[in-house]
Amino acid sequence: MNTRISARQLVCDLPDPEMPWVTLGDLGIVRSVECGTDGSVRVELTPTYLGCPAIDAMRADAATVLTEAGYRVESVGLRLDPPWTPASINEEGRRKLAEAGVAPPAHIGSRVPVSLGVRCPQCGSIETALLSRFGASPCQELRRCTSCAEPFPAVRS
Amino acid sequence: MSSARALTALTRTLKPLDAYALGLGDDALIASHRLSEWLTRAPDLEEEVALANVALDQLGQARLLLGYAGRSSGLSEDELAYQRTDREYRNCLLVELPNGDFAHTVLRLLLFSAYQRQLYAALSESTDSELAAFAKKACVEVDYHYEYAAGWTLRLGDGTEESHDRAVAALTELWPYTAELFAGDELVTTLAAEGLVPDPERIQGSWMEQVTSLLAEATLGTAPSGDWRPNGGRYGMHTEALSYLLAEMQSVHRAHPGATW
Repeated sequence: MNTRISARQLVCDLPDPEMPWVTLGDLGIVRSVECGTDGSVRVELTPTYLGCPAIDAMRADAATVLTEAGYRVESVGLRLDPPWTPASINEEGRRKLAEAGVAPPAHIGSRVPVSLGVRCPQCGSIETALLSRFGASPCQELRRCTSCAEPFPAVRS
Repeated sequence: MSSARALTALTRTLKPLDAYALGLGDDALIASHRLSEWLTRAPDLEEEVALANVALDQLGQARLLLGYAGRSSGLSEDELAYQRTDREYRNCLLVELPNGDFAHTVLRLLLFSAYQRQLYAALSESTDSELAAFAKKACVEVDYHYEYAAGWTLRLGDGTEESHDRAVAALTELWPYTAELFAGDELVTTLAAEGLVPDPERIQGSWMEQVTSLLAEATLGTAPSGDWRPNGGRYGMHTEALSYLLAEMQSVHRAHPGATW
């Protein structure tokens, strides 16, 4: 029993279905993993955006990985409050995103969109401009580097 | 009794707060469907991606609201979305009107997202914790929709002669439909008195302020005046446009009831 990886770790280590280079734990969308004394587990995730098409896949992945590890999954639910913000992404997640060419959000802890300080993941310049608030997934936007001219996706601030 | 007739009876007997949530969910669902009709038809790739993302956000909001509305009656979000007839839909008329040209779509999104913005901000103070949590989250998303629509309204209104004329034509057609957004009824008044939902009159003022200042900035003048204020959507009295929309949206589900994959 004690050699088993904890239920929380299993869920946190799952890759994000749309950005597989970061984990659900890195993104800060695992809200709670509660184990009962009888081996049952209840999980709560929070969506980045309400229409996030990956959320169903995440719930299914969490149920599968726990079941395979011998846990009895009671529920994998959603918790909306407090809402997810880009500030929920941890340092590890920010580093992995940048390495994969997706700029991490610029400003931590604010809801006000700021265009300053989003670094180009290719050349590292902070001279970048917004192309579109909307990108390849609900949590991304499109930017362009005015130094090296590369367009790149960024997590919306 | 057929399942369709059973549904008719159920949607009539929903608890007041569930009925209210159904109206908001239907707004989001129909708005989402109209926006998704732009896929493969948008003027350029960035607008395609933007409109698709707004549609997706609206769909996510619709799923939560319909799920909430049907839960205590044992109705799933899919049953509510795909098995109701036009008369059982509770969306406002504004969202069901055909897309028209790009200016029409942009102006509608401006008027509608400004409304959702005020509505959700106020709903996040609801004494119903689940609706409040939903609204708090949805509010952030709708900010992006408004920002997008406002940006394009400025460009179209203050752009070329043709873009300006098209924006004016869209505004003239759409404006009368905005009255319905704030037309309170007995259901809303009762719920608002209990602090469960926003008082429509309270949000109308801030909506009007936001929209009229943007329209002025976009050189689109003042809002059109007139006494024609169509409504009835909240009671199931729709334009014929909704019937065609539903025929398409529900066709797969109706052809293959209960199918899974």
